[in-house]
Amino acid sequence: MLLSGLPNFIESTMTLRLIFCLLLCATQSHAFADAVDAASATVKIAIAQEPPQLNSMKATDQVSIFVLGHVMEGLTRYDRRGNLAPGVAERWELEDQSATFWLRKDAKWSNGDPVTAHDFVFAWRNVVNPSTASEYAFILYPVKNAEAINQGELPISDLGITAIDDHTLSVVLERPTGYFINLTAFITTFPVQEKFYQSRRDSYAADAKDMIYNGAFTLTDWVHSASLNMRKNPMYWNADAIKLNAIDADYITADTRARLNLFIDGKIAYTQLDGETYKDALNNQFRIKKFVTGSVYFLEYNYRPNRLTRNQNLRKAIQAAFDPEEFVNKVLQTPGNLPGRSLFPTWVKGVNATFRQEFPATVNKPDLVRARALLEQAKAELNVENIPPLIMLVSDSPTSTKQAEYMQGMLKTRLGLDIKIDVQTFKQRLAKMTSGDFDIVGAGWGPDFDDIMTFGDLFASWNLNNRGRYNNPEYDRLVRVAMNSSDPTTRMTAMAGLQTILYDEAVLLPMYEQGVIYLQHPKLKGMRRTVLGSDPDFTYARIAP
Amino acid sequence: MLRYTLGRLLSGVITVWFIATATFLAMHAVPGDPLMNEKATTPEIRQNLAKKYGLDRPLPEQYVIFLSNMAQGDFGLSFTQQNRRVNDIIRDHFPVSAALGVLAIAFAAAGGILWGALTALYRNRLPDVIIMFLVILGISVPSFVFAALGQLALVNLNQWSGTSILPVAGWGTLSHMLVPSLVLGLGTMALLTRLMRSSMLEVVNEDYIKTAKAKGLSAPRIFFKHQLRNAILPVITVLGPQIAAITTGGFVVELVFAIPGLGRYFVQAVQQLDYTVIMGTTVFYGAFLVLMVIIVDIIYGFIDPRVRLK
Repeated sequence: MLLSGLPNFIESTMTLRLIFCLLLCATQSHAFADAVDAASATVKIAIAQEPPQLNSMKATDQVSIFVLGHVMEGLTRYDRRGNLAPGVAERWELEDQSATFWLRKDAKWSNGDPVTAHDFVFAWRNVVNPSTASEYAFILYPVKNAEAINQGELPISDLGITAIDDHTLSVVLERPTGYFINLTAFITTFPVQEKFYQSRRDSYAADAKDMIYNGAFTLTDWVHSASLNMRKNPMYWNADAIKLNAIDADYITADTRARLNLFIDGKIAYTQLDGETYKDALNNQFRIKKFVTGSVYFLEYNYRPNRLTRNQNLRKAIQAAFDPEEFVNKVLQTPGNLPGRSLFPTWVKGVNATFRQEFPATVNKPDLVRARALLEQAKAELNVENIPPLIMLVSDSPTSTKQAEYMQGMLKTRLGLDIKIDVQTFKQRLAKMTSGDFDIVGAGWGPDFDDIMTFGDLFASWNLNNRGRYNNPEYDRLVRVAMNSSDPTTRMTAMAGLQTILYDEAVLLPMYEQGVIYLQHPKLKGMRRTVLGSDPDFTYARIAP
Repeated sequence: MLRYTLGRLLSGVITVWFIATATFLAMHAVPGDPLMNEKATTPEIRQNLAKKYGLDRPLPEQYVIFLSNMAQGDFGLSFTQQNRRVNDIIRDHFPVSAALGVLAIAFAAAGGILWGALTALYRNRLPDVIIMFLVILGISVPSFVFAALGQLALVNLNQWSGTSILPVAGWGTLSHMLVPSLVLGLGTMALLTRLMRSSMLEVVNEDYIKTAKAKGLSAPRIFFKHQLRNAILPVITVLGPQIAAITTGGFVVELVFAIPGLGRYFVQAVQQLDYTVIMGTTVFYGAFLVLMVIIVDIIYGFIDPRVRLK
C-alpha cells in the first residue's frame, strides 16, 4: 500500500485527536455504528449495485435475486444447510405429470393478508404472459402449456396451475420433471398478490412502499443508489427462527477497493475480493475465505457455415495445447478457482453423489506433439497452408481481456495460431454473439435451478443461448432422454453421454470453474454462501456477542 | 439588457435541440441491442419489450415521439430499471451531485483564486514554484487516483485515531461530503489557479495600476480593488461550464465514495445502452451547461460595465 505510512508524519498527540473529534464528531450520527452489533442484531453490508428490478416476476440479476431471497418466499426455500425445505407450502406431492402443494395457513403478507394459492396462480400466469416479457419465463416451461402461452399461442388461463382452494395449489406438468419442486424455490415462481399489484401496476416494486413482503425480512428503506435496509418481518410464519433484526446495505458501490476500505474501517461485515484487493487483504492479515460459485467459464466456438472453427481437429488442437491447471494458477491468480474439466461443474448432483464423482470428466493433459499433429490434419482438411487469424470475442472487463491475451500468446507460441482479440462492451458483445460475428467467444454459465439440466441443454440445437449454433442430433437426443425421464440413472447416464461428446468433439473449451474469495466479520455467524438463489444468504445468520 | 438575455436564451434552446438530436442519432448508430441481455430471450419477448419502449417503430417516428415527449419534460421509462422513470432518476440523483458539486466548486474557486493571487504576488519565488508544481500535478493526475488516495488516507486516519473521524464512504451527512468534494474540485482548483496567476500578471502591468500606484494608494487597496477585481474576469468565464461539469456528477468519485449521484447513471447508461437514460441525462446535462454559460454572460455584464455598453 502506497500511503500506509502517511499518518505517521503527524505527531499522534492526544490534543490533536481531540481537536479533530470536536471539529467533526458533532456531524456524526447513526452512520458510524459498527459493521455488526450483537445487541440490536444488526449486520451492515455493501452491495455492488442498485437492484435494477425487484419485481420477482421479471428480476434476473444477482443483486435483485439477493434482495428478493431475503424479503420474499416461494412454495419451497433453502434451509440453513442449503437443503430444499418447506416455504409457503407446508408439504407437497410430486407425481409423474402433476404436483400438489398444501400451503400453510399462517403464511402472511406484510400487510396482514394471508398468502394464498391464488397469489401463485396470478404470479405464474403473469410470468408466462408474453406481454410481461419476463426473461426468466422459461423457468416455468415444465408447467403445462407454459411455453405455448409464452409464445403467444394460447391464452394465459390455459396454464396448468389451479387454486383448488385458498390453501391448495395444483400444478399439471407438460412432461415428467423430476426437479420441478426445486424450481419453486426460485424467485420467478414467488407469489404476487393481485390486489396489491393492481394498485401499483407500472410502479410495482419501484420503491420499498410499492411492495408487500412474505419473506423473513421486509424492505423498510430504499434510498436509490445509496442504501437499502431490511428489517425482520414480524408477520413471517417462521419469525422465531430468524435471529437478525436488520440487514443494512448502507453502501452501494461496484468498486471492490472502496468496499475493502469500508471493511478495514469496520463499516461492513462482508466483502468479496478480486485479484487486486486480495494482496491488500493479505497485508492486513485478514482471514480469507473461499467459495466456489457454481459457474463455469469456457470458450465457445462458432459452428455457422464457412467458419474454420467448424473443423473438429482445429478445435481438438486448441484443446490439446491448453492446460487448465496452468491457466488457473498463472492467469487467474486468486485462489479458489478450479481448473475447467467439463461443462458440468463439480457441485452438480448425480444419482447418489455428485455427478462428477459418478461420471468423472476426462482430464485434459496438454500434449504439444498431438496438438501440432491435429493442427496439421486440420490444415489438410481445410486445404490451407496456414490457418488465418481467428477472431476471439471477449467483454471489456480487465479479467476477460487478460484471459484472452493469455490464450493469444499461448496459441501463438505453442501452435503458431494467430488470434485477433475483439474487445467489446456488454451489449455489443451480446449483439455480436447473437449474430455470430466471431470464431471463438469467451463465455460463462451459471445455474438457474438445482438440476443438471440447467447446464445440460445449453448446447441443444434449439437453445437460444447456444450462440455458436452447435448442432448435433445425438446431443439433442440425449438431452431429450434426460428431459422426458424422471429416473435419475437414465437421466445421469444421458448427461454422461453429453459430457463425453463435449470432450471428444471439443465442442467447447472449459477454462475454469469460478471460485471467489471474501472477507467476513468474525462475529458474523451463519452467513450461507450458495450456488443457487440468494447469495450470500443472511436469513439464518446471527451475531456472536 | 432584456433583449440580450432573451436572445441568449433562444440560442440556448436551439443548442439543446441540437445536442438532443446529435445524441439521438449517435446513440442509435452504436451497435448493440439495448433489449438484449445475458440470457437469450424468445423473439416474442423481445418484440413485446420493443413495443413497450416504442423501438418497433421506424427511427424518424421514434425521433418525433421523443422530441414531443421531451418538450413536455417526459423522458420515459429506464431500460435497466424498468419500473423507474428517467425523470425520477434525475430528480432523485441530481440534487446529490449538485450538493457535492457546489461544495467542490466552493473549494476550487476559493483555492484557485487564493493560490493564483499568491503565485502572482510571489512570482518566480519559492511559493510560486511550489504551488505551480502542485498545479501541474493537479491538472495531470486523473481524479480516480486522487479518489483512491483520498479514501486510503481516510482509512489510515481513522485507524490511527482509533475512531471514525470521517466516514470512508457513503452519503447522508456533511462529513460524508468533505473529502469527495475536495477530490472532485482538485482539478478545477488547479485550472483556476493557473488562470488566475496569468490573469493577475497581465493586470499588474496595466496603466491603471501604475496610476493607482502614482496616486499613492496603499498596496492592499491596489491589490483588492484594482488588481483582483480585474483579474477575476477570465476565472468567472470558465467557472460557468466548470460548475455544470462538476455538479452533474463525477462518475469515479461517486463510485469510490459510494455516493448516489447522477454521474453513475450517466456513465452506466452508456455502458448498458439504456436509451432513455442516455437521452434524459445528456439533454439535462446539456441544458444545464447552456444555462450556466448564459448566466455567466449575464453576470459578466454586472462585473464588467464594458460588456453592457456594447
